Amino acid sequence: MLPKALGLGIAALILGSAAMLGLRAESWALRPADWAAVRFTLLQAALSAVLSLGLAVPLARALFRRRFVGRGALIRLLAAPFVLPVVVAVLGIVTVFGRAGPINAVLETFHLPAVSIFGLQGVVLANVFFNLPLATRMLLHGWQAIPVERFRLAASLGMPPSAQLRHLELPMLRAQAPAIALVIFLICLASFAIALTLGGGPRASTIELAIYQALRFEFDLGRAALLALVQLLICAAGTLLASRLTLPPSFGAGLGRSLDLPAPHGWRRRGDALLILMVVLFLALPLLAVAAKGLPGLLALPSGVWPAALRSVSVALASALLVVLAALVLALAQARRASGWLELAAMLPLAASSLVLGTGLFLMLRPFVAPQALALPVTMLVNATLTLPYLYRLLLPEARALHSDYDRLASSLGLRGMARLRYLTLPRLARPLGYGAGLAAALSMGDLGVIALFAGNSGATLPLFVQQLMGAYRMDQAAAAALVLVGISYALFWVFDRIGHHYADT
Amino acid sequence: MLTLEALHLSQGSFDLRADWSVQAGARVAVIGPSGAGKSTLLMAIAGFLPPARGRILWQGRDLAALAVGDRPMSVLFQDQNLFPHLTIAQNLGLGLSPQLRLTPAQRDAVEAALQRVGLAGMGARKPAQLSGGQQGRAALARALLRARPLLVLDEPFAALGPALKSEMLDLLDEVASATGAAVLMVTHDPADAQRFAGQTVLVAEGVAQPPCETAALFANPPPALAAYLGT
Repeated sequence: MLPKALGLGIAALILGSAAMLGLRAESWALRPADWAAVRFTLLQAALSAVLSLGLAVPLARALFRRRFVGRGALIRLLAAPFVLPVVVAVLGIVTVFGRAGPINAVLETFHLPAVSIFGLQGVVLANVFFNLPLATRMLLHGWQAIPVERFRLAASLGMPPSAQLRHLELPMLRAQAPAIALVIFLICLASFAIALTLGGGPRASTIELAIYQALRFEFDLGRAALLALVQLLICAAGTLLASRLTLPPSFGAGLGRSLDLPAPHGWRRRGDALLILMVVLFLALPLLAVAAKGLPGLLALPSGVWPAALRSVSVALASALLVVLAALVLALAQARRASGWLELAAMLPLAASSLVLGTGLFLMLRPFVAPQALALPVTMLVNATLTLPYLYRLLLPEARALHSDYDRLASSLGLRGMARLRYLTLPRLARPLGYGAGLAAALSMGDLGVIALFAGNSGATLPLFVQQLMGAYRMDQAAAAALVLVGISYALFWVFDRIGHHYADT
Repeated sequence: MLTLEALHLSQGSFDLRADWSVQAGARVAVIGPSGAGKSTLLMAIAGFLPPARGRILWQGRDLAALAVGDRPMSVLFQDQNLFPHLTIAQNLGLGLSPQLRLTPAQRDAVEAALQRVGLAGMGARKPAQLSGGQQGRAALARALLRARPLLVLDEPFAALGPALKSEMLDLLDEVASATGAAVLMVTHDPADAQRFAGQTVLVAEGVAQPPCETAALFANPPPALAAYLGT
């Protein structure tokens, strides 16, 4: 009963938004500027995917075959950008690569022309910053999935690295790379915060940025609706394609544990070291720059920081609670009895984006209330909806294991209802629930999407507040507020994850 | 009395028929080749598999309407008989109150049951801190607390060594006697049947035969049993 109602609710929210967009689109003809936005969206997403993957392949290979102090920590740190607020990274990238940054200072001493961080190159750079670590971790998984016996056999046959690449590593890459590239492409299609801060103008506007401008500045609701519909169609097509592309590589089973294999020496070793160092610098410098710029300002934060932080934390907590409950209900129902349409409902939000849902809700609510009055509840609902597919996928295997291991015992003892939730479900799923809640809270904390559409002059969340400070070129204050934002985001993640661990004592 | 009335179980291409009764307090072993449907029969009686046709009755009352936990029986599975995240005392307490709200008297009963199966003072431990034999004892202690008139076991001691297993069978006998329960136990070991059960049900070739005197059955095995025993 509850799972069905929930599935219907999600479907109604997304399909209802789409229907609303279709109703409100006054003209079906895209203007030249709209076509430019479509082209730019696809171009920046494609470039970002290719570059991220192109760098991730040698990086993952280097991390796979080299052993060095801090390797484990580095691999763990590659997961951190996933919950890093986009606006913070952008601030760091602007600090390092911007006009007054060290890169341009170096160029200037050599009398070279300055590079601008704004426009296509900046958008792609920021996308690579977020997606290179993601791609590297996914590929590293692929490398580790190749049984170590194969590498041992290759070594015993005296295969040079090039032959290993051809016979062992390329088949894995062929199986995994297209799916990874598509995942990154989809993420970059909807990277509104990056386009908002680093894009802009007629030559570097994404569809989402055009939606934002149509809604907020031109009050052209029909055009916003049409653009949102176009964005929805592109994302839906990409998601549909991605769902067919996840092919696991077939290498047969391997029993071996990780075995330190001899890695090639000479120029290959120096090359690997250089690559790892460059990537570490690329990822660390922007964050260090924000820290250096922001630390002094922490003592004199602008007065708006704490109210904005409070708004963000309430939205984050509420949306984490909502999405964890929804994902739990759906995953438990799915584990009990597989249902195709519930699965579809849980995955449907993948096709939507923050701005698309936001536009749909904006158009639905506007006849009845002032959008800024509902800015926080709408942001909470949209954030919860968009994180649902991730949490659902996180919980589903655990819910299935719980069902197959303990359902019979629990029913034979008559354990049901609240007692079952308290003594079986929650303790057994505490770990993924805590991790998932942390992820959802941190993602929501750092989100800069739908709030930009709805917020009034005084209702900004912390990421929006940082972006506004950046827009006003108050960079030191922006950096200080960004530090507060990062601190709260990771603290939320850490606290929920700890709670999960605490209750999962087996 | 447990009655299987023209019972027909069906799972895909698998079929099993049974039409017989078990007297209250009886000890019945269920043996037969693997894949013949011993466990399936037990799971149907326990309520995990609805019959395709026929009825399962207890004292003349159809069990079909009763949820698994409300049936007049305790079940011991092959494995996963204890929740690993709960203490032994909590695992036992679930046998008295599925809400785990225990009265002081019930707490005392849990402690007494632990003592009776030789686990005195281990109530605060988690199952992982117990040996395999001790985990079996804890599961039997919970059956003792539940005190249902039927005890259904699906080879719960198969993984134990011979000495430990015979110890468990003795304890099972004690628990069943204390609660007056009839026992229906699946085993693949003919020695278990001969040692423990007065009657034996042979499951083979799609039929669960009515219970026979164990001694008589093994003295003069029908062809299906002879084939299984390899005699």
